[in-house]
Order: sequence, then structure tokens, then C-alpha cells
Amino acid sequence: MRELEYPFDPGEIIRRRKSLRKALLAQEAARTRKKIAVLGGSTTSDIVKTLELFLLDAGIEPEFYESEYAQYYQDALFPPEELRAFAPDLIFVHTTSRNVTHWPELADPPEAVEEKLQAELGKFRAVWASLEENFHCPVIQNNFEKPFYRLLGSRDAWDLHGRVNFVNRLNQAFADHAREHAGFYLHDVDYLSADYGLRRWADPAFWNLYKYAMCFEAIPAFAFSVAHIVKSLFGKNKKVLALDLDNTLWGGVVGDDGVDGIEIGQETGVAQSYYEFQSYLKQVKSLGVLLTVCSKNDEENALAGLNHPEGALRPEDFILIKANWENKDRNIAETAAQLDLLPESVVFADDNPAEREIVRAQLKGAAVPEMEGVENYIATLDRNGYFETTTLSEDDLKRNEMYKANVLRAAEQASFGDYGEYLKSLEMRAVIDDFLPVYLARITQLANKSNQFNLTTKRYTVEEMEQVYHSGGYVRLYGKLVDKFGDNGVVSVVIGRVEGDVLDIELWLMSCRVLKRDMELAMLDRLAERAAARGLRTLRGHYYPTAKNKMVKDLYASFGFAKTGEDEAGNTAWELSLAGYQPKCSVIEVAGNDQKILSKREAHSDGHEGNLHKAEPGVPGGFR
Amino acid sequence: MDMREIYTRLNRVFQEVFDDRSIRVGPDTTADDIDDWDSLEHITLISAVEREFRMKFKMGEISGMRNVGEMAEIIAQRAR
Repeated sequence: MRELEYPFDPGEIIRRRKSLRKALLAQEAARTRKKIAVLGGSTTSDIVKTLELFLLDAGIEPEFYESEYAQYYQDALFPPEELRAFAPDLIFVHTTSRNVTHWPELADPPEAVEEKLQAELGKFRAVWASLEENFHCPVIQNNFEKPFYRLLGSRDAWDLHGRVNFVNRLNQAFADHAREHAGFYLHDVDYLSADYGLRRWADPAFWNLYKYAMCFEAIPAFAFSVAHIVKSLFGKNKKVLALDLDNTLWGGVVGDDGVDGIEIGQETGVAQSYYEFQSYLKQVKSLGVLLTVCSKNDEENALAGLNHPEGALRPEDFILIKANWENKDRNIAETAAQLDLLPESVVFADDNPAEREIVRAQLKGAAVPEMEGVENYIATLDRNGYFETTTLSEDDLKRNEMYKANVLRAAEQASFGDYGEYLKSLEMRAVIDDFLPVYLARITQLANKSNQFNLTTKRYTVEEMEQVYHSGGYVRLYGKLVDKFGDNGVVSVVIGRVEGDVLDIELWLMSCRVLKRDMELAMLDRLAERAAARGLRTLRGHYYPTAKNKMVKDLYASFGFAKTGEDEAGNTAWELSLAGYQPKCSVIEVAGNDQKILSKREAHSDGHEGNLHKAEPGVPGGFR
Repeated sequence: MDMREIYTRLNRVFQEVFDDRSIRVGPDTTADDIDDWDSLEHITLISAVEREFRMKFKMGEISGMRNVGEMAEIIAQRAR
């Protein structure tokens, strides 16, 4: 919803909150329900109501628990029955520097200041430890905004007695905790308040009148920022950034002005702004975001512009380049389809309001930010939090490479008459085995964001996944797939709970990037083998339909399971007897945790880019 | 700015904040007359009124106003 995207008008959001909420609820959107406990050290009412708007807009339907006024410490250390029964999926500890109780005094010797620092940290560490022990769910914790006055002036920043210094040290300790604890996420109020303007943010009237931690008009910016973390944790991040070219990546129109006529590089202020934007995009790409081009241009001109010697981006930085005269909504829909993603995973950046309007109208779910003025491009993308990074797995860092290999595979597939022959030609090798600690972050991430090839759509917090990992009552499998084009990383997860002589499959998912590769058969073979080795006789599967997982409705039927139940909601149950099970996958060579597999490229170790170019000579990256 | 204009604009703000098109405010309207007007919504209302008239209430005024009429008086003195 436009009203809820950066740059938004906070006054509008405050004034029209009720009608905005009504409009959001009236939208026919499939939303994930999540229970969020907000433990506040200040008033939370309007924060929660505004957060609700942003989450509804992001496809999350929140249910809230709010602690009584300023009871965050008591609620965390002695959780009331109501909070326990609520069983939150996420806890947000909303504290402010107004909640700091052990400020240093000027007369304090250094040891006393240190003691106060430790006392303050001790209070929060007790909160976090208790939440972890009692709730096993992710925790979002505010750090502290700077104090709104400085007794010592600039000296406040470095003198141990200065409140600014004290807050900085607390914030550093909070950051250390975040680095050392999975499932603990820092909400950077220090940056946010500085960005907003501390003087307005910390207007004391709002604390003294209403006990709000920030001025009322800052609440939308605050809630928006919290919403980014929540969205990221629940798998609602965007994955693709589709970029226009003329006047978006460079100034001018390459088809009219020629390569030498476009503005990019160091010559002018405008050229530098475009260069800075391209450099920013290069960093965005390093997060694992897939860059594509969506431009009305002849491909030849588009490539010439991207090859401009002063530019920061190169054609090979893009997974796909759509430079043609088709409508942009169609190009973006195709881009999403080619990458096996949904349009709602795409952000479309274009300076032309008319193009933005068409895509907004035609392609529901795609994010279309207001790109107005090159000097605002970075802020517009950055502040919208499309790619808020809460966890950063190996796979994220390699994602671009993997998708690029996918595009090459698609090109090669076209040259094979027989699909089976094509699969064999991929020289696929997989590791399918019990979880390893090094993969737990990736496994949890997959469980929380896979929607399409996911039979039960069961979600797990980091803590829950660790419990599964340490329990003896499960058969767990992860699958990692390598082929001649590259390493796809961990792409499939199956979790079965042992119930008597039955293995009840509570999670079966696969990344859509390896659809139709028979990987699911390889997983089934291994699952049957492991279950039989434990003396189990039957595999039991479930399919719970959602708006997105129709593709696996008949998966168990295709495996030869017999349907044993179905309810009105379309939930189905399936069983397969393990007696006489015959392996089904013949195109993937499967190994276990103790055997290292290498892709050919790694084995020859002459660099990824080089080989990619060899696969399709002369065309950087293969974007057809 | 005359009082008629102030009340017209105030009325629009009230209708939006409480999402109720049937609201008609006059000088004697108080929180008792509008269902959702509790102490929490009061902040939203004050914030929206301040923005509408591009003015700020003083701290003492926010808790001291007894009805919409007093609010309109302050706006008339200060609004631009």
C-alpha cells in the first residue's frame, strides 16, 4: 500500500490509521498469522497499532500481547500466565534510554561507573536469559537512543561519566550480545533516532505527558523499522531487484545519446550520483539479492550502457537482462517465472512514474518504490527495508552464482530432446544425511521461507530447530545438490517424528531452484533407508494446503503413498509401507556426511566466472 | 481564520481519526460524546489536529482542554 511505503507521511498514517487498517483487512491477501509479545519500558499502544498496519501490508497478520505499562522486566523474569498461554512466535523488548536506571554521577570513580554499567547490562542479560529459557522464540531488542541533553557538551561522548559515553558502551555490549546469540536481533534505535533527528525524536513532552519513548510523529518510522526485522524473520523479504536503465542506472537515454553521451562516472555531480547508486547496487548484490534488468531498449544498447567503462556494474552482475519493447509488467512476471519465484519477491525500480503505475496496477504484490531524483535512489531502496538482513547464510552470499548456473542449465535443457538424458548430463551429486550444526541456520531459514514445495508449511524458530536436532525421536535429512554447473547448496529438508513403528513426516520441503531434478526422489530413497534401519515399517505424510503449495498436492501420490484421510479443508494424510521399498532415483549420485563431494568446477578449481563464460562463449552470464 | 472554517476542518479530522462519518463536533462536544475517544486516542487526535492547523498545543493545554470549544479557541489564536 502506497501510504505505508517510504517515503510516507507519518501524519497521514496517524490520522487515517483506522481506515487504513480496514482497507488492508479488506484486501484478499494470504497472510501468515504470527503472535508477537511486546514487552515495553514505555507506552506501547500506538506502536503496536501502527506496527500492525505495516505487518498486514507485508503479508503478516499479527496478534499482540502487550505487557502492562513498563512491565518488561517483570514480564520477562516472571512471565505471567497470560503471556505463557499466549505462546509468542516473537518477543519485542521495547526499551528506551529513559529506562536506564544506573546513570553515572560526576563524582563516581571509574570502578563505580564500571559497576553501574555492569548492573545495567545485568538487568538486560537477565531479561534475555529468562526469555530464551521460557519461550524459545526470536527476540528483538531495541538498543538505546542517545540522551536528549549533554551535561558535558562534547565531552559527554568520551568522558566515562558522560551519559552519551555510557549509552554508547551499553549499545556496544548489546551489539556483542547480538553477535554471540542466534535468535537475538538488535533493533537499531540509535541509528533510527539520529536519522529522524534526535531533537525531535526525544521531545520530552511525549515522555512526560504520555510516557512515549519518542515523539508521536516518529512512531510510524519506528514501527516501520521494527516491521522490517519481523518481515525478514518470517521470510517476507524481497529477493529480486529489477532495474530500469535509462535515467535509473545512468543519466540520459543510451539509445538516443549514445554510450558516450550518458552520465555515469566521475565527470559531473550527476554522473557521480549514478555511479554511487551503481556501487550501492553492487553491495546489495553481495547480500544475495538477484539483480535483473527490465528496460525498454534494444538489447545491444542496453549492453553497451552496462559496459560503460566508468560504470560500477557490469552485464554479468545481472541474472537476467530483459531489454526489449514489451510491457514491463510482462517482463517482470517472466523474470519471476524464470527464477521460480513469485512476483511478490520482486522490487521494481524505475524513474518513470508511468511505468511504475502500470506495474503496480498489473502485477499485484511486486514492490514499486517511488524512485524520484537520483540523489534519493539509495535512500528510497535502503529505507524501505526490502532486503533487511537478519540472518546471513553461506547460501545467501552465493545465491547469485547459483541462480546464474540455473539460467545456464535452462539454456542447456533446450538442447536435449529427452528430459532424462538432460538430467543425466547434469552429473548431479548430492549429500543427503542427518543435520550438521553448520547447516542449522540454513535449514531453519529454508523451513521459514519455503512456501511452494512445502507439504506442511510448518515453521521453526532457531531454538525449536535446535531441539529437533538434539532429540533422538526424529529422522532428519538435509539434502545438498551439486551439478556440473555449480553447487546449489542445501536445498531440501525432511523431518520425520518417530511414533511407534511409523515415521510421521512433519516437514518436507525443497527449494524451487531444484524443481524437476528428481531430488525429491533421492530424499525419499534416503528417508526410506534411514527409517527401515531404525526398524520402522511405515512412512506417514501430510499435505496441508495453503495459497502457495498446490504444486505438491499430489506429491505423496506420485511417490506411491496411499491416501488414508482427507478433511473438509483439503488436508490429506498418506502412508507408504516400507516392506520391499525399491529406490526410485537413478540420476543423482548420493553420498553421506562423511564423503566430500565436489562439483567439477571446484575439482578443476579454475574459478567460477571463467567456467561460466566457457559454457556460453561470448555472452556474459547467459541472460536469454 | 474564522470559527466556521476551524469547525469544518476539525470535524474532518475527528471523522478520520475515529473513522466515523457521522461525527459532528460543536463547541460543547467532549470525550463523553464520542465512543472511542479515550486517553489513548486523545494523543492521536491532538497530533492530527496539530498537523491540520500547523500549530502546537502547550503541555498544560493538552490536559486542560474541557471541550472542543476550548480547543477551537486555542487554534483560532495560534493557527496559520
